[in-house]
This record gives sequence, structure tokens and C-alpha cells, in this order.
Amino acid sequence: MPAAAPTGRSPGDPASPPDDTDRRTVLSGFLFGCGIAASMIDLLVFHLGLQWHHFYDLSTTEVALAADGVLHAVGWFITVWSLFLLADVRRRAEVVWRRWTGAVLAGVGAFQLFDGVIDHKVLGIHQIRYGVDLLPYDAVWIGSALVILVAGVLVLRHARPVPAGG
Amino acid sequence: MTDHHHSQDLGTTPWDVLTVLVLAAAAAGYAVALVASRRRSPWPTHRTALWYLGLACAAAALGPVASAARTSFTAHMLGHVLLGMLAPLLLVLAAPVTLLLRALPVDRARTVTGILRSPWARVVSHPVTASLLNAGGLWLLYTTELFHHAHASALLGLAVHAHVLLAGGLFTASLVGPDSRLHPVSLRVRAAVLVVFVATHSVLAKWLYAHPPPGVGTQDGRAGAQLMYYGGDMVDVTLMVLLAADWYRVTGRRSGVRAGSIVPTVGETTSRRGADRTEGATDDRARAPAPTGEAARRPRHRRIQRHRLRDRP
Repeated sequence: MPAAAPTGRSPGDPASPPDDTDRRTVLSGFLFGCGIAASMIDLLVFHLGLQWHHFYDLSTTEVALAADGVLHAVGWFITVWSLFLLADVRRRAEVVWRRWTGAVLAGVGAFQLFDGVIDHKVLGIHQIRYGVDLLPYDAVWIGSALVILVAGVLVLRHARPVPAGG
Repeated sequence: MTDHHHSQDLGTTPWDVLTVLVLAAAAAGYAVALVASRRRSPWPTHRTALWYLGLACAAAALGPVASAARTSFTAHMLGHVLLGMLAPLLLVLAAPVTLLLRALPVDRARTVTGILRSPWARVVSHPVTASLLNAGGLWLLYTTELFHHAHASALLGLAVHAHVLLAGGLFTASLVGPDSRLHPVSLRVRAAVLVVFVATHSVLAKWLYAHPPPGVGTQDGRAGAQLMYYGGDMVDVTLMVLLAADWYRVTGRRSGVRAGSIVPTVGETTSRRGADRTEGATDDRARAPAPTGEAARRPRHRRIQRHRLRDRP
């Protein structure tokens, strides 16, 4: 797991611990954003809410089915693990919540973009809705993903920590 | 479906009696071990509750649910989630091996740990082996004729049930739970195995949605496959939470040790405490929950926190 890696901290280097905390805050937010987009938004909004998606549309190739399974497992895993990562940051230092929120938005946007381009268009695992002209749906999906991603990056930039020694 | 109706006429077989006896022995065995170890430190009540809850799940899966499963694939899948996933999780969290070691005299306990640490036991209980036994059994059951035969023969049905429960238990115990510390495997390996297993399980559920076993109706097959997918998710996400909690505990302990080397001398620390207060940087700590069982570790983390707050520009 990546979080097992942080090393190189020393008392002589004042910038190092906050940098590490910040890196882990952003990592936690980004993973959580990707995770909820993968495991919850699709399930709650499109399967159970709008019922545009089916459980399985029976048209998928075996490779795409396997890829979907891996994505499903990784989605849940990073959702859970990113929250424990956040708890770990919080017990060590103050969490900069704007930074974390920006990272969550960027994560949601990045995943929706990936889902809209790779899953729907390249792999063809499933479509957004069936029996309709897909172009406006795809445009809205990919467009909104880009908007969320850009919003997340802007929030992240705005909440950037002050450089050490500045 | 006709085959299913035939198998309903099996009635009570000696194998049903054996199943009841094994469950009763498991219930009595835990109680005997509790009595035998009563002079040791108190055993957490929730573990005892988890054991009997786990046995109740297994009994439900093997009794009424198994009967219904002869005509309903959805009931079969409910049985699979209960017997192969939920019951193993509850039973593993009850820490039966730890309880057994407490209950036995020292020399016998040493024999048991010797067996558990033997190369053979290490290989079988490794997460990779355990997940292969668990997922492999499921693939065999649902992609071959085994599903059909297991419903027609009481003995084969019992063997399949025993495998599902034992492989599920072995898999769960290799990943999480108090007993898994007997032969620890790195968190990375356990996380990777869990992710691959969850992926396999969800792919199998979707495959079954499209290809239900022979004799299973389309609607029944689809309902069963979705129960397998979402029911499995609930147990699998619980496993992920337990695994991540393990990481959280281990990384806290490790940083505690590391903090010991970076925290400065006593004099400096005291002066910093004063600085923290005047800076009003204690808000976060004021909101922190009251110390619980983790109280012993908290002071170390606070030391890290103070150190970092001071270093902030």
C-alpha cells in the first residue's frame, strides 16, 4: 500500500512533515472521489435511482466483464481504504479540509471521465441509457466529468499550502 | 426443474443427522473452552456472541434455506452467502483458535501451535491458497455438472456444504481476525488477494446472470445472481474495512516507534507544549474523542502532532 512508504522525515527538515501530511490528504481525497464514483454513484443514481443501467446488459465481452469486476473490487477497496488513510492523517495532524474536498472532486471527475470514455466507449461494458440517441448523454456525461475535474483542481490549487520558509 | 422435485423426496438422511451433530459439537466445544479458560483474563463477550451468531447463520443455511434451495436458485444463493461468506466471517471473528489455545494446558497448546506453524498448514492457510480453494470451489460448482449432482445426492450435497463453509472460513481467517496473527502475511498480499477474490466473485455473479445452471428459470437465475453480487458485496466490504483497520492499527504502532526517534529531548518538548497553547493550535485535539481502548497509543500521536505543528511555517 502506498501509505506504508513515507520515509525520509527528519527533525532538521521542517518542510518535510507537512508536505507528507498534505500528500496523504490529497491521496486520500482523490482515492475517495474515484472510489465513490466507481462504487456508489453508479449504483445509487443510475441503477437504483434512474434505472437507466441494468445489472448486466448481456452484451459484454468476457474481457470487458473481467475488467468490470476488477474495477468494482478496486472501487470498493479504495473507498474504504481512503477513509482509513484520512483517519490516519487526522490522528497525526490537522486535516486541511478544503484540500481534501478539492481532491475528492478531482477524483470523482477523473473517474467519471475514465468511465465515460474508456468503459462506455472503448470497452463498451455498458451504455448510459438504452433505446435512446446516446450522443447527448455521452456529451453531458463527459462534459460534467470535465467540469467536476476542473473544479476539483481549482479548489486544490486555491487551498495549496504556503511553501515552507516563504 | 423435475430433478429438483425428485430431490425433495430425500427426507431425513443420516447426513442430516451428522450435520446437526457437527453444529452441536461446535456450539458445545466453544462453551467447554470458555469454562476451561475461565481462570485466564476475561474473554470478550462479543466474541462469544459472534460464535453463536455464526453457528445460527450456518444452521439456517443448512436447514430451511437448503430445503428451499432444492426448488429455488435464489434460496440457493442466500444459502451460499450465509454459509460461505457471513457465517465464516462471524466464526472467524469469534477467535476460536485463540480460545482453544487459552483453554488447553501449555504442552497441548504448544502441540497445536506447532501444527498450525507447520509448513503444510502455512501453505494451506496462505491467503493465495485459501482464495483458490474458495473461489475454485465456486467455479467448479456453478460451471460444471456438480451443481446438478449436489442437489440430487445427499452425500455430495453435504460435501459441497462442508467445503463451502470450511473454504470460506479458511479464506476469511487468512485475511482478517484475531487468529490470523498466528502466521502473519503482509497487508499488501492480503489486500491484493481480497481485491482479486472480490473481482472473481462479482464476475461469477454476472456470468451466472447470463448463464444460470441447467434447470434454473431465467427470472430465478437473475434474482439469485444479483443476490450473490450484492450480498457478497456486503460481506466483502466488511472484510475490506477489517483489513484497512488492521493497516490503521499497524501503521499507528509503527509511527509510534518512529516518532520516538524524531521527538526531541524532554526540555524542548515542554517548551513546545507551551507554544502550542499560546498559538491556539489545540482546537483539533480539543475535538478529539475521549481516550478509549487506544488510550495507550494516543500520547505518542499527540507528540507527533505537536512536533509537526511547531514545524509548520
